[in-house]
Amino acid sequence: MAIKKIEYPYESCWSDADQLVLYMETGTWRTSRPKLDKEKCTYCGICALYCPPQCMKDKGDHFEPNLEFCKGCGICVKECPRKAITMVPEEG
Amino acid sequence: MVKQLRKQETRVITGNACSAYAVRLCRPDVVALYPITPQSEVVEQLTRFKADGLLDAEMIEVEGENSAMNSVTAACVAGGRVYTATASYGLAFMYDAMMQTSGFRAPVVMTNVNREIPGIHAVSTSQQDLISVRDIGWLEIIVEDDQEIVDTTIQAFRLAEDYEIQLPLMLNYDGYYVSYSAEAVQIPMIEDVDEFLSVLKKQPQRMKLIPGKPLGAGSHGLLRAYTELRYKHLAAMQRAKAKFDQIDKEYGDMFGRYYGGQIEEYRCDDADIILVTSGSASGTAKTVVDSQREKGVKVGLVKIRMYRPFPKEKLANVLKGRKAIGVLDRSVHFGWNSGPMYAEIRALTPEIGIVPMMSFIDGIANLDITASNIERMIRDIYAASKGDKYQETTWISLEE
Repeated sequence: MAIKKIEYPYESCWSDADQLVLYMETGTWRTSRPKLDKEKCTYCGICALYCPPQCMKDKGDHFEPNLEFCKGCGICVKECPRKAITMVPEEG
Repeated sequence: MVKQLRKQETRVITGNACSAYAVRLCRPDVVALYPITPQSEVVEQLTRFKADGLLDAEMIEVEGENSAMNSVTAACVAGGRVYTATASYGLAFMYDAMMQTSGFRAPVVMTNVNREIPGIHAVSTSQQDLISVRDIGWLEIIVEDDQEIVDTTIQAFRLAEDYEIQLPLMLNYDGYYVSYSAEAVQIPMIEDVDEFLSVLKKQPQRMKLIPGKPLGAGSHGLLRAYTELRYKHLAAMQRAKAKFDQIDKEYGDMFGRYYGGQIEEYRCDDADIILVTSGSASGTAKTVVDSQREKGVKVGLVKIRMYRPFPKEKLANVLKGRKAIGVLDRSVHFGWNSGPMYAEIRALTPEIGIVPMMSFIDGIANLDITASNIERMIRDIYAASKGDKYQETTWISLEE
């Protein structure tokens, strides 16, 4: 039997989340998602520093989680000094 | 037309020094070494080159073999040409790192000076160390003597770093017997080695970590992605066989020494019986083959040079149609109660045909594989080819 299809362009496990070459959609693990209150956010970056999968995206004046990778661990909520992030249950 | 061979320098040096001289000619970027008997002289000689300003490499004095392998792997993933060397317990201590190296497809070149592996403490030779890491995705090459160390080390960088291959390579030679034996060797000029390796510069760039360009190496892979990377790894291993033959040929055309690539065939053309060997014992065995030939015994010798990937097509081709085959192992196969190379050659029975196959275990823990031991093996193989009863596994030095 011939091998059906080679999907991954590289010989080894190289990954880059922006180009989405080799990754797992860890966002599917989530049961609740972080929600940001932009009014309270001071753009300090502490959420991005503590985020385990490093999925906090820099939006210029605030940070937002990339929900494809956010596992919903809630560490950003614990760490935010302004209490600007809250966890909201996923629906369904 | 006779090809004009490149000028070379003759030196009388030990096997370990041969490794160091050849590595210097390949201009590595990073070298990380930790000394262990019988490899220490490689460390000493390379460090001497560095101190004398003859080696322009970053040398890392690591605290152990595990760090040595992790250091060179990281440097290799960052795009460098890297080298390390070890033996026995040192190899065991870098085992987890070695699997990362091959999984990363990092073309690290390592010399492994064969020595007995933990179990019964033994500061003595055997190939058990290379056998214990045979299935972790490294290329494994076994060489016979000092000259072959020089030539194959240079070829090793060409093979490992080839864009089609990108695999770590372990070059093995018998500790004590080869590591400390001084022989006259021909050493190529550094400019000629530059030219030989320059083929790599014309190839596409392999993936590398570059500052300012975020990329992950050694990432988590699961399910189909993992399976696909394993598939590619095995495919690259298979490509390495023909590539090694081709590199051996190109090297020979430049420097005048050919080794046959994956296997060396010695007086096999009309041989009825064949002894398969590897490493330093092959030299003694060739002498015995010569003397047996004079007595009219049609015996040939096959030397396994590439052990991983296993040269099954080449071996099947040369072993097919013989009347009996013996395999000399300088290590043991705990699963089969035989030698490991014997077991793998026996697995070629559908290609070779059903003939007597015999496993000879000798030379472990510094027992000399003498000419009379080899004569005994050939006598046994010959008797089996004539229809005599034979035993599958013979521990030569334990027999009366």
